[in-house]
Amino acid sequence: MNKPTLAVSVLALAAAAAIWAVPAKADDVTIGAIEILTGPNARYGVAIKNGFDLALGEVNKAGVLGGKKLVIQYEDSAGNKDQAVNGARKLIGLAKVPLLLGPTISNEMFAVGPVANQQKVPIVGTSTTAAGITAIGSYVFRTSLPESDVIPVTLKAAQAKFGIKKVAVMYANDDAFSKSGYDVFKATLDKLGIQILTTETFGSKDSDFSAQLTKIKSLNPDAIVVSALVEPASGILLGARAIGIDPKVRFIGGNGFNSPKLGDIAGEAADGTLVGSPWFIAKDDAANTKFVTDYRAKYKEDPDQFAAQAYDTLHIVADAINKAGAADSEKIKTALQATKSTGVMGPFSFTADRDPADTSGVVVIEMKGGKFQILK
Amino acid sequence: MLAQILQQLPQQLLNGLVLGSTYALFALGFTLMFGVLGVINLTYGFYFSTGAFLALYATKGLGLPIGLALPGAAVLTGLIAVLFDAALLTPLRRKKAPELASLMVTLGATLLLYTLMTALFGTEIRRLPPAVISHAAITLGDVRMNMSQILIMVTTVLIVLALLSLIRFTRLGLAMRALAENGEAAQLMGVNTDAVVWLVSFISGALGSAAGVLIGLNFNAIQPYMGETMMLKGFAVIIIGGLGDIRGALVAGILIGVLEVLTAGFISSNLKDAVGFVLLVATLWFRPVGLFGRAPVKRA
Repeated sequence: MNKPTLAVSVLALAAAAAIWAVPAKADDVTIGAIEILTGPNARYGVAIKNGFDLALGEVNKAGVLGGKKLVIQYEDSAGNKDQAVNGARKLIGLAKVPLLLGPTISNEMFAVGPVANQQKVPIVGTSTTAAGITAIGSYVFRTSLPESDVIPVTLKAAQAKFGIKKVAVMYANDDAFSKSGYDVFKATLDKLGIQILTTETFGSKDSDFSAQLTKIKSLNPDAIVVSALVEPASGILLGARAIGIDPKVRFIGGNGFNSPKLGDIAGEAADGTLVGSPWFIAKDDAANTKFVTDYRAKYKEDPDQFAAQAYDTLHIVADAINKAGAADSEKIKTALQATKSTGVMGPFSFTADRDPADTSGVVVIEMKGGKFQILK
Repeated sequence: MLAQILQQLPQQLLNGLVLGSTYALFALGFTLMFGVLGVINLTYGFYFSTGAFLALYATKGLGLPIGLALPGAAVLTGLIAVLFDAALLTPLRRKKAPELASLMVTLGATLLLYTLMTALFGTEIRRLPPAVISHAAITLGDVRMNMSQILIMVTTVLIVLALLSLIRFTRLGLAMRALAENGEAAQLMGVNTDAVVWLVSFISGALGSAAGVLIGLNFNAIQPYMGETMMLKGFAVIIIGGLGDIRGALVAGILIGVLEVLTAGFISSNLKDAVGFVLLVATLWFRPVGLFGRAPVKRA
C-alpha cells in the first residue's frame, strides 16, 4: 500500500469517526441497538424499534443520571448475523456504548452474544426465545419468555378451568420448532398428572389429518394438545370438526397457534382453542392501556408482542442505568441483575441465569368467533 | 382394543378412500401426459396449484359459484398447459431431443413458475370461502362424510370412465393410441399429431386443475407449492399403477391412500409416509412395469 492511499484511508477513518461522534453530545448517554430494520424480516425489527422509541420518549421527559438525555444508536443487521456482528463491533469499539439491545433473532444472538460478552458489555435480547441464549455468557440477558415458560401456564389454566384429565397429543415430526414445543408439552403434562392417551405425528406440509383425528376421536380425550406452525394447525382444526370431534373438546396450542391467521383460515372451527401468550393487546391494566393508546397515536397501527417486549425492556434498561449511577458497563450489569419492575408484560425480574423470572404476566387467550380474546 | 379398532374401521376406510381418490385424481392427468406424449412433464404440479388459485380468485374475487369456478379454472389451465407444451416441448419433439431434455426443460420451467407464483401470492395458505360448498356432515351409522369428499370420489370415478371410453371408443382415442405407439407412423398415416398432442396437453392440464380445486375444497390448504407436495405421491401412484395406465392410476391411488390411513390409524402415524415408498420399492422389485403395465408396449 503506498503512502497517499494510506493517508486517504486514515482521513476517511477519521471522518467516519467524526460522523459517529456527531449525534451524541458529550453529556448524552448513548446505548446501542442491533435490529433487523431492512429485508424480509424487517417487520419484527421495526416493531421493536417502535417500542424502544416510544419508551425512549417517556424516559427522556426526565432523562437519566440526573437529567442527561438517553440516546439509542441503531445498527441494521438486515437479518444477517455477520452484519449484526459488525454492528456490535462498531457500537462497542467506535461509539463506546455501555450496553447493547437486540439483536432481533436467536441466530443473530448466537453470533453477537459472544462478542459483547468478550468485551464485557451487557447485551439484552428482547425477542430471542431459543434455548441456550443466556448460556452464552454472564453479560447476556433476555427479557423475552421462552416457550418452555409459556406452555406450562397454558396447560395449568386449562387443567384448573376445564378439569382436563386426559388428552391426545399431536405434533409435526419434521420441524424443529414443533418438536421442541412438543417436548415442553410432554414434560408439563407428565408433571401435572394429565394422562396422554395417544401421541400422533404428521408432516408440517400435510393437509390430510383424518386418520390421526379419527383415532383420537375414538379415544374420547378431554382436549387435544398440538405443537405445530399455524398452517397445519388450521388444517387440523378444520379436519377435527369435519370428522365430528365434539366442539367441546378444546384444542390447546403452542406459540405457532398464536397468530390471527388461525382464525382467518379455520374460522368457527378454531373456537375454544387455548394459547398462552407473553403479552396480549387487550390486557386491560393501566400500563398496557396507556402503551396501546400511545403506540396507536404515534405509529397509526396496533402494537404487537415484539413492540411490547421492546417497550418494557427500554424502561428496564433506563432504570438500571439510573441505579448504576454511571454509564458504566459493569455497574449497569449489576443493576440489571437486581431489576424489579412492572411493565406492560406484567411483573419482571431476572433469574440468576439472566432469563425472565416471572411468568405471572402470561395471558391465556381463547379463540372466539375467529378472534382471540383473554380467557376469563 | 378390538372393539375400538372395529369402531374406527369404517371411518378409517372412508378416510382412506377419500385420500386415495385425491391421489388418483391428481395422477390421472399426469399419467395421461406420460402415456400418450411420452414425457415426464414436471409442470403438471403447477397446473394443480394454478387450478386452486384460479378457483380461489373466481369464488372470492368475482363471487362466482363453485359450479362455474371449477370448469372455468379447468379450461383456463388447460389452455396454459397447451401454451407451455407448444413453447417448451414441441420444439424438442421436432428436433427429436433425448427424453432427458424434456425432463430438464420442464424442471426448469416448474422452478420458475413456482417462484413467480410465490412472488405473486406469498407462501401463506389460503382457504376457499367456506360458503362455496356445504360443510355439513352426512352421517351413515358411525361414518361421517361431507359434500366435498363425496364430490372427490364421484368425480374421480366419472373422469376415469370418461377417459377410458375416450381412449377406447373414439377416433381421437384411436389417434392418441397411435401416437403413443409410434408418433412418426401415426403422422404418416394422416394423424394430425400436433393437434392430438395439444388436445392431450389440454385435457391433462384441465384434469390437474380440477384436482387442485376439489382437493383445495376438501383440505382448505391452498398455497403455491401444494402441487409440488402432490407430485411426490403422483410419481408413486403412476409407477405403482403402471406408467401411462388410467385404471392403474385409480387402483394405485386408492391402494396407497387406504394403506396410509390404516397405517396411521392402527399402527403409527410416524410410518404413514413410508407406505407409498414401501409399495413403490415392492412394485419395482416384483413387477417393474406396475400393476397394469404391459412392458414394453406403450399404452394409453
